[in-house]
Amino acid sequence: MRINVDRDRCVGAGQCVLAAARVFDQDDDGLVTVLTLDPPAEEADAVREAVHLCPSGAISLVE
Amino acid sequence: MTDVATAPSFPMPRECPMHPPAEYASLRADRPIAPVTMADGQRAWLVTKHEYARTLLADPRVSSNRSHPAFPIVVDSDREALADPDRPFNRTMLTQDPPTHTARRRAVITEFSVRRVQEMRPRIQQIVDECVDAMLADGGPLDLVQALSLPVPSLVICELLGVPYADRGSFQKDTKMVLNRNSTVEERFAASDRLNQYMDELVTAKEAAPGDDLLSRLIIKNRQAVTLDHLDLVGMASLLLLAGHETTANMISLGVVALLERPDELAELRTSPGLLPQAIEEMLRYFSIVDTATSRVALADIEIGGITIREGEALVIAVNAANWDDEVFAEPQRLDIHRSARHHVAFGFGVHQCLGQNLARLELEIVFETLFRRIPGLRLTVPAADLPYKDDAAIYGIHEVPVTW
Ligand code: HEM
Repeated sequence: MRINVDRDRCVGAGQCVLAAARVFDQDDDGLVTVLTLDPPAEEADAVREAVHLCPSGAISLVE
Repeated sequence: MTDVATAPSFPMPRECPMHPPAEYASLRADRPIAPVTMADGQRAWLVTKHEYARTLLADPRVSSNRSHPAFPIVVDSDREALADPDRPFNRTMLTQDPPTHTARRRAVITEFSVRRVQEMRPRIQQIVDECVDAMLADGGPLDLVQALSLPVPSLVICELLGVPYADRGSFQKDTKMVLNRNSTVEERFAASDRLNQYMDELVTAKEAAPGDDLLSRLIIKNRQAVTLDHLDLVGMASLLLLAGHETTANMISLGVVALLERPDELAELRTSPGLLPQAIEEMLRYFSIVDTATSRVALADIEIGGITIREGEALVIAVNAANWDDEVFAEPQRLDIHRSARHHVAFGFGVHQCLGQNLARLELEIVFETLFRRIPGLRLTVPAADLPYKDDAAIYGIHEVPVTW
């Protein structure tokens, strides 16, 4: 699983941080940053949830 | 839309004060995107299905621009005033599309990030404790709305923005007036003018002598890279103040009543407060208090669900309908604190999804945990069915919640 984030689309709602705090964070601008591009298998469900919850379509996955 | 002979009127009445209008469910089954007639006679598409609500709210061809002549008006309003660029509200992120929206929202995103909001936890806890102290000192019976629901979010947003809490009398009254469907158009615009006038003076004072608060930080940041003019700042301040207190206040009142009516769930939350965040998502879904702020207008033809929404047609995307879609939330009429409801759209969806959602979540968590721990004997003094629900307001809630213990 590889994560792509598009910071231009991010609106800083923070949903990804709530869903997968070990994988996503918000930087000093409040926009999404990825803590690990290749998350461990046990985070997979949380990451998928983050993709689904993101309101602006800023996160995508290559599985 | 001309082929349709019958288009029910919108808004639709509720039969049960705790449930959305029953017509939402029958429409969803028959025509999840259905024509309705607005109060001013305009035709609009009412969207009642969760999937379509998400898809449309995330579609860049769907606009939040309230100055568009076809933007749907839920309560009777003044189109000329809605299109007036000198009115601060018309310049806020809420009423703009990207790229203007993007710039406005980015100016304040950091203030509402998950981490920044968590840093406010000790101070919010203190505010809630002080309100509960005052309730205990009073001894009851009292109105929970005045004692807790309204003061907590008002104090929090005032401190964050740098608005003197002593001025709450006028802004709480004017906010109520702006949101009240029964007040006249003139009354509503006059109240909105007073709010803006108040904010104009406050922003002017902060421009001259910035302090340590959100509005001052915004003013300073804006000097380094100017994106907002004075009226934009006034609009931003008014929007944050209005959106930041009335919404959360109504969720506190509804949530407390819902839990008092469900002693088993309440007992479970008392012993396992770790369940609270999930229970709060469920309450947000269940009440979906901001049902129609997610209205839009189509800027192009859009094919969805077997129909074509034409350019220039109005959309009412009812989140209270989407959040009761039984294909997504089984038995939606059951408030189930064990349900995983995080994919509700009570905070909207797409680029306008609520900026203050994490602040609202934290305030709700601290209020429910503290109130039921410190006043375990809390009860309503009238049956829940007889409470004065806000059928007359753009944001649902309860006017008054008499309690004792
Ligand atoms: C439980 C409480 C709340 C609910 C249910 C709620 C609901 C919503 C909804 C549905 C929207 C989307 C409107 C649209 O799509 O056009 C929204 C937007 C917004 N909310 Fe909230 N809200 C709440 C609390 C707050 C708080 C505490 C703040 C704090 C300042 C806030 C600030 C905003 C702002 C600034 C927007 C506009 C965002 C944009 O246009 O990008 N809200 N809210």
